[in-house]
Amino acid sequence: MAAIFQGVGAAATLSSSPSNSFDSNNSFLSPPRSFSVGKGASFSVIRSGGILNLNSKGRRAQQLISNAVATKADSAAVSSSSKPGHELLLFEALQEGLEEEMDRDLRVCVMGEDVGHYGGSYKVTKGLAKKFGDLRVLDTPIAENSFTGMGIGAAMTGLRPVVEGMNMGFLLLAFNQISNNCGMLHYTSGGQFTIPIVIRGPGGVGRQLGAEHSQRLESYFQSIPGIQMVACSTPYNAKGLMKAAIRSENPVILFEHVLLYNLKERIPDEDYICNLEEAEMVRPGEHVTILTYSRMRYHVMQAAKTLVNKGYDPEVIDIRSLKPFDLYTIGNSVKKTHRVLIVEECMRTGGIGASLTAAITENFNDYLDAPIMCLSSQDVPTPYAGTLEEVTVVQPAQIVTAVEQLCR
Amino acid sequence: MSTAFSAAKFSTQPFSTISHDSPLVFAKPTSQFFGSTRKLRLTSSSKFNLSRRSGTVVAVSDYVKQKTSKSTTSLLITKEEGLELYEDMVFGRAFEDMCAQMYYRGKMFGFVHLYNGQEAVSTGFIKLLKQQDSVVSTYRDHVHALSKGVPARAVMSELFGKTTGCCRGQGGSMHMFSREHNLLGGFAFIGEGIPIATGAAFTSKYKREVLKEADCDHVTLAFFGDGTCNNGQFFECLNMAALWKLPIVFVVENNLWAIGMSHSRATSDPQIYKKGPAFGMPGIHVDGMDVLKVREVAKEAIGRARRGEGPTLVECETYRFRGHSLADPDELRDPAEKDHYAARDPIRALKKYLIENSLASEAELKAIDKKIDEVVEDAVEFADESPIPARSQLLENVFADPRGFGIGPDGRYRCEDPKFTEGTARV
Repeated sequence: MAAIFQGVGAAATLSSSPSNSFDSNNSFLSPPRSFSVGKGASFSVIRSGGILNLNSKGRRAQQLISNAVATKADSAAVSSSSKPGHELLLFEALQEGLEEEMDRDLRVCVMGEDVGHYGGSYKVTKGLAKKFGDLRVLDTPIAENSFTGMGIGAAMTGLRPVVEGMNMGFLLLAFNQISNNCGMLHYTSGGQFTIPIVIRGPGGVGRQLGAEHSQRLESYFQSIPGIQMVACSTPYNAKGLMKAAIRSENPVILFEHVLLYNLKERIPDEDYICNLEEAEMVRPGEHVTILTYSRMRYHVMQAAKTLVNKGYDPEVIDIRSLKPFDLYTIGNSVKKTHRVLIVEECMRTGGIGASLTAAITENFNDYLDAPIMCLSSQDVPTPYAGTLEEVTVVQPAQIVTAVEQLCR
Repeated sequence: MSTAFSAAKFSTQPFSTISHDSPLVFAKPTSQFFGSTRKLRLTSSSKFNLSRRSGTVVAVSDYVKQKTSKSTTSLLITKEEGLELYEDMVFGRAFEDMCAQMYYRGKMFGFVHLYNGQEAVSTGFIKLLKQQDSVVSTYRDHVHALSKGVPARAVMSELFGKTTGCCRGQGGSMHMFSREHNLLGGFAFIGEGIPIATGAAFTSKYKREVLKEADCDHVTLAFFGDGTCNNGQFFECLNMAALWKLPIVFVVENNLWAIGMSHSRATSDPQIYKKGPAFGMPGIHVDGMDVLKVREVAKEAIGRARRGEGPTLVECETYRFRGHSLADPDELRDPAEKDHYAARDPIRALKKYLIENSLASEAELKAIDKKIDEVVEDAVEFADESPIPARSQLLENVFADPRGFGIGPDGRYRCEDPKFTEGTARV
């Protein structure tokens, strides 16, 4: 596998929290401002097309690209001492969660390529090898199928491994182990062996990473019986889901996104977990239910600002649990708004959105006033060229159009 | 005394004659075929070092010679050990024969792969293990399960698909698991068990070094065939095991055929044991039809692993008397080859050894045969009378934590729905 570049350098520092309220005379109309290049700077990006720029030279700084990661206006200006908790970036939240669980339970260990001495391609395991040693944070050779299987064998015999796929796409090589052993072994052994493994890694469409590094494996894995899949989208839920996944007795696949690692948020100091099976209410509303997860959450919130300005009141739910779906939260929302829009990054065919559409239709058909709309990525290998890549994924403008259509 | 065990000389084509000293087996047929041109012959002066590092390749006759010259008696086993080995091999054979009968009577279905002829490998290795040591096998796993201690009743019930089976009827012939006996499976895809075995060995090392269980010296054995040795997972795990010095022994049951694909047609260099030193571990070749030779090699390899010296690759040259599975017409194998190996039946050979060395009498061995027949009959009866799985069992073991089925539209976890315990809920 080719080495992939990491998300270092300039970070658009952003805050997001589960219950946002959007200020309609905000950001959207204010003039573009430049933003900090350093990690740790704590002011928000306020521009109509926010950019998460991975290039430290700020090459893209002048380009107004509308593929945004969400912005929240003023709260970063609030003094950090007035609220409890601490601020950190999403990858640090993942690291914190992992470290806390490794402190708490000696059986928790990490395996993957470059997780040890290198600290992880996305720095999620930075510093852990120094603290816990080379056996607990194991640098593996490039053999995904085998080291994932090794993780499963270790889980069967008493350990609680966290297997990192350097990029989720690489786990295609581990499909044999993930499908046959991870998912099914508990059942075929008649319940004798549990597999408390966590398989995690970044996926999704990044910044011109090319087709093979831009895959969304959640759609490929969703049929495997016996596994749970969750996708994190904020530092708060990243840490919470990481900890819950490690503590779970079931095999859990935790999907992170390449572009979200530098999101900043204030999270609680105390120990907390996020329920693996629950969805997250991002923005309550009345007119339409928008279901999304991972990076698309931010495109949706971006679109939501526009929609609010146009007089719509969307309810945004981050489904978080890709398998199983939280039919309660989703159902309640459908019963309230009667219109559903799904915004996802998976391909059109056989994606999470396709399954979700089926699940909603089966369970809540009577409550729908309009057919479910599903916005997904094009069924196209992600092209390298930036302009083409942009149009393979769903953009906020499309979301706005879709809502307008749904609510007609 | 090991000479009592050597292969019969055989002069018909296509097999070469085999000397006492060389445990090795056969050269390729003289007819043209598209396959490996490497010769498979090991000469008697075959102790040579193929690796600059730690790997050595040894012919087992040298081990045996060393051992017999050092011991005060010239016998390799005691009477108790001999009887234990005999009983285990007869058990394996009788059980597999019964499986064939039951299959043709319609008591078990699907793919059933029988182990007849290979008993020396299972017995030779597994009888040296402790309960906490782990065994990983493939789909040809009935006899590995029995040797490891899984009761015949549990295995037969599993084959019949009854709820009293070792996997509650959910695994079947190819997925024998036992937590109690540390049998980690039973895998249908070849090669996919080897990483599992590597993981179990990793846990052993982890327990010793991280969890500080200083006396943890559990060893893992991974059994697999010649076909698997061309699979990526095999090589990847050889690398990792040697790299981290994991307490594992890779046991290749080279029965020369992968369904209908002869080993030499599939492999550029058919001498599998040589692949060990390429990864930094010893590679040993042993006559897999001779349980005593296998046992000697196994002792060394398992001892190495226990002492923390790392993995070993052992290639056991063996043969399956039946087809690949009960559905295999077995038309491709040369009858002369089959006869050659039938003459080297490991059970008959051990019997001969025991009697010739006055370790056991004919009567004692017959008594064991009878006892085993009774055990196997009892297993069949038990399986016949056992209940089939109830509908409620369908959803029970999908998740260790059934909350994994998620939250239903009514806000409760779906596993709380009574239809779940009945097994009628749609998931």
